[in-house]
Amino acid sequence: MSSVQVSERPALPEKRQLTTKPRFSDKVFRGVVTGGGLSSLLILGMIFIFLLYQGFSILHSQGLHFITTSDWNAAVDDNNVPIPSQSHFGIAAMLIGTLVCATIAVAIAVPISVFTALFLTFYAPSSVKKIMVTLVDLMAAFPSILYGLWGFFVLMPSAVYWAKLLNKFFGWIPFFSMQAPVFDRSPFVAGVVLSIMIIPIVTSIAREIFGQTPLDRIQAAYALGSTRWGMIRAVAFPYARSGIVGGAMLGLGRAMGETVAVYTVLNIVYQINWHVLLGAGGNVASMILMKFGEATPLEIKALMAAGLILFLVTLIVNSLADVIVSKSGKSGR
Amino acid sequence: MTDESENPEMETHVQPSSLAGIASAAEAKKAPGSSALGVGLEARNIHAWFGDKLALRDVSLDFWAGTVTALIGPSGCGKSTFIRTLNRMHEFIPTAAMAGEVLLNGTDIYAPGVDVTQIRLKVGMVFQKPNPFPSMTIAENVLAGLKLANLKVENKDDLLQECLERAGLWNEVKDRLNAHGGSLSGGQQQRLCIARSLAVRPQVLLMDEPCSALDPGSTLKVEETISHLSSSMTIIIVTHNMQQAARVSDYTAFFLSDGGPGELVEVGHTNEIFSRPKDTRTENYVTGRFG
Ligand SMILES: Nc1ncnc2c1ncn2[C@@H]1O[C@H](COP(=O)(O)OP(=O)(O)OP(=O)(O)O)[C@@H](O)[C@H]1O
Ligand SMILES: [Mg+2]
Repeated sequence: MSSVQVSERPALPEKRQLTTKPRFSDKVFRGVVTGGGLSSLLILGMIFIFLLYQGFSILHSQGLHFITTSDWNAAVDDNNVPIPSQSHFGIAAMLIGTLVCATIAVAIAVPISVFTALFLTFYAPSSVKKIMVTLVDLMAAFPSILYGLWGFFVLMPSAVYWAKLLNKFFGWIPFFSMQAPVFDRSPFVAGVVLSIMIIPIVTSIAREIFGQTPLDRIQAAYALGSTRWGMIRAVAFPYARSGIVGGAMLGLGRAMGETVAVYTVLNIVYQINWHVLLGAGGNVASMILMKFGEATPLEIKALMAAGLILFLVTLIVNSLADVIVSKSGKSGR
Repeated sequence: MTDESENPEMETHVQPSSLAGIASAAEAKKAPGSSALGVGLEARNIHAWFGDKLALRDVSLDFWAGTVTALIGPSGCGKSTFIRTLNRMHEFIPTAAMAGEVLLNGTDIYAPGVDVTQIRLKVGMVFQKPNPFPSMTIAENVLAGLKLANLKVENKDDLLQECLERAGLWNEVKDRLNAHGGSLSGGQQQRLCIARSLAVRPQVLLMDEPCSALDPGSTLKVEETISHLSSSMTIIIVTHNMQQAARVSDYTAFFLSDGGPGELVEVGHTNEIFSRPKDTRTENYVTGRFG
């Protein structure tokens, strides 16, 4: 009996609770930060609840049609009183427009931003770097209406030229085909304007991350006789990849929510338009802006519901980005 | 001086035969000027600055092909600065400047028109802290230099095995060549870094305190690696471990800074530096009376 007990290891002890008596100053600070953290969550939650509260009746009555159809018809009787039963609201065209414009914007902005960030981090002399960083940050602070106006008056003519070129050589790809030669005010032009708006954000995030590339790895690459490009490919890119994806998603979020610039540039038409060069489309945010002024109370509810959908789509895209980052991240770090 | 305290234990690990091998190789190595392989690398009147501060004054040293030269001296005396001028890594520090010449096969590596990447292919470097590329596998790490410098090689597998064998790592990793470089122990990582620098076939290998982060066992392995390699290349090693300098090197150079820029005090055969140095400052340092 006793020999059995000897050969058996004693049971493992309970894991101890690791605590410390918090200092008063620490408690105060903890309270302040927690408050800050919670308040941003609270504001977000309140916006969500507000949109849900306002838009619920429309979502309920329209059902899935709200996101699968594209007719927007707020019926009123002779006294301008809305008739809910005859009204139809659908934002499919605007949702698709949102995604199309934002995707074009990201596709153009990310390569440009990454190259700019690489130039600033690894190539630019420090004087050039300082000036450019200031300029790029300034770009981020411009009001979007300026981008919109500039896009409308300056960019559009040349963007139309590029659009025609794309159509000529890539017209066989459905996205670039045209039924009518209306190149003005297309999702393509809007996407280009949006890309210029998000370049500063994506650039500064990419620059920040490239700048953190561990020096010992950079030196290891150079000591092996690497060219600068070789070092960037072998060391800086693997290290920065997940962060760049994150930055691109932030840019995508901004592009999806952009209102004024799109409203200025785009020819808002209630029809699903996959042809990015054709002058028709819209996005949810710009539609809300356009309708809001003269909307009937019922229509306002529909606009709130549209806002809610935009909110959710943005949320989904961002969580998707999180998943991508955490799946593809680690290895280069 | 933890280096000193770990040492008695290490002596017992060293097989007498391998020690004797190193010693006899050192004996066989002739006086400066008579090396069969000739001069590998010559540093002439090297000065180095960080901004306005002169960190290294007028260092001239010849490194003979097929020998190991140890650089010793107290912290801050400019050993790392000096070694980094030998493969042009010094210029990565934005404010850094240098004067003097470094001759590799008789040509100045700082001459205008020299491709610095070619220099670093010929003069490899192993750092104090193991720094494998974490996004690459063990095999990719070893062959990284080829990819980085756009070199073509006929049989990658043979080269991979050869480099890992020369670095004394092959037996430990041959079954997991596709594991990530970061999954190795510190000592294995350092030997991986040595293997990586061998893959581009350098003439000269610079090692800046390669064993300072390693345990005695790994240190011994790296030292064995060094003595194997020394027959075919020029090795320059910075070390704070006197016993290590005595064990692996043929020549020893003692650097010192008296608060100002670092200078070369004395260079000679390792056994002479340790048994009968000419300069009393060297004697004081190697006998542990200051530093
Ligand atoms: N990046 C730098 N910027 C400014 N000064 C530097 C820099 N690196 C080194 N120094 C200075 O140059 C001198 C020589 O430094 P170095 O790193 O070469 O010394 P070391 O002999 O390698 O010392 P250790 O044995 O501690 O590694 C020191 O005075 C140091 O302060
Ligand atoms: Mg050093």
